[in-house]
Amino acid sequence: MLNYIWGFMILASIVASLLLGNTEALTNGTLQGAADGLQLLLTILPMMVLWTGMMEIAQAAGITEKIAKFFYPVLKRIFPDLKPGSPALECICLNLSANLLGIGNAATPFGLRAMDELRKLSPHSEVASNNMIMFVVMNTAAIQLLPTTIGMLRYNAGSTSPFDILPGIWVTSVIALVFAVVLAKALNKMQRKKVGKSPSA
Amino acid sequence: MVIKMEFAVPCVIGLIIIFGLIKKVPVFDTFLKGAKSGLISVYSIAPTMIGLIVAVSMLRASGALDFFGSLIAPAAQKVGISPEIIPFALLRPVSGGGSTALFSNIINENGPDSFVGRVASVMAGSTETTLYAVTVYFGSVGIKKIRHTLWVGLFADFTAFVFAHLTVRLFM
Repeated sequence: MLNYIWGFMILASIVASLLLGNTEALTNGTLQGAADGLQLLLTILPMMVLWTGMMEIAQAAGITEKIAKFFYPVLKRIFPDLKPGSPALECICLNLSANLLGIGNAATPFGLRAMDELRKLSPHSEVASNNMIMFVVMNTAAIQLLPTTIGMLRYNAGSTSPFDILPGIWVTSVIALVFAVVLAKALNKMQRKKVGKSPSA
Repeated sequence: MVIKMEFAVPCVIGLIIIFGLIKKVPVFDTFLKGAKSGLISVYSIAPTMIGLIVAVSMLRASGALDFFGSLIAPAAQKVGISPEIIPFALLRPVSGGGSTALFSNIINENGPDSFVGRVASVMAGSTETTLYAVTVYFGSVGIKKIRHTLWVGLFADFTAFVFAHLTVRLFM
């Protein structure tokens, strides 16, 4: 599906630029996009190296195991078939903690490790497993206790109380997360039934 | 305020090292082993990332995104959604950097404590760059069939969009 979406984005842009007379802007935007992509990679690279290194120490020292135990009561409902001590669940917990605390881009490296562990558990190498879907969906909904970047931007824009939107953010993100998890669960179940009926799928 | 929060990073690193030393982990060797896997991860997501960002950048530069926003703005206004928020809501799931820039624009032009400014703040804090998360996470492990992930992610963004309006109306 990403093939179609990606192709559509590019073709729609070309058509739109012709209709709206933005052809020159599109040319610049295309080249700038590639440069921006590299820029983002360069920002991510040191964070990635730092945090995956730290995670390795945390795993060896048994810290991740403790964090995983803390989250397990909630996570066993979302990922019922993952075993309590499994590396996949540990990585998911680390990703979750990093998201909650908002610590320096650590969530992505932990998340990529989690995906790798989930892939080892999946029977299909090219099809997303239910656990993968659930995990990625959880990462598309932000769950951050203290969104410092937003607070800082609001403060810079002259807000008298930059953090008074916190209750709104918490309520909204929890609701969005719950809705997404429930919908993903329902769709996972429906597809499992379908797969059960026709073995060719 | 901001500096204090950022200090969490060295603190977390410090705690990991202390625990590691207590448990007699060869900390630097272990760090290097893990760091190498991080390097490989970046290498494997690089093509995905550049490909995606080029497409998003094209979509913005061509004016397609703004045009689509202007199409749905009249209908949105009828149900009480400010037109200023539409471009931001459209850009939020596809571009992290782009939507942050738009967010700054909104709060600087309308005021961070205005209704629009607050709705944008709540949205920015309760959503992630969905397309980025989906492509990077699945791309890193070579998954081609993502099934319903993207739709559920976009549904979460839409839910956040609706509830950002509701919570700002209710709480502030």
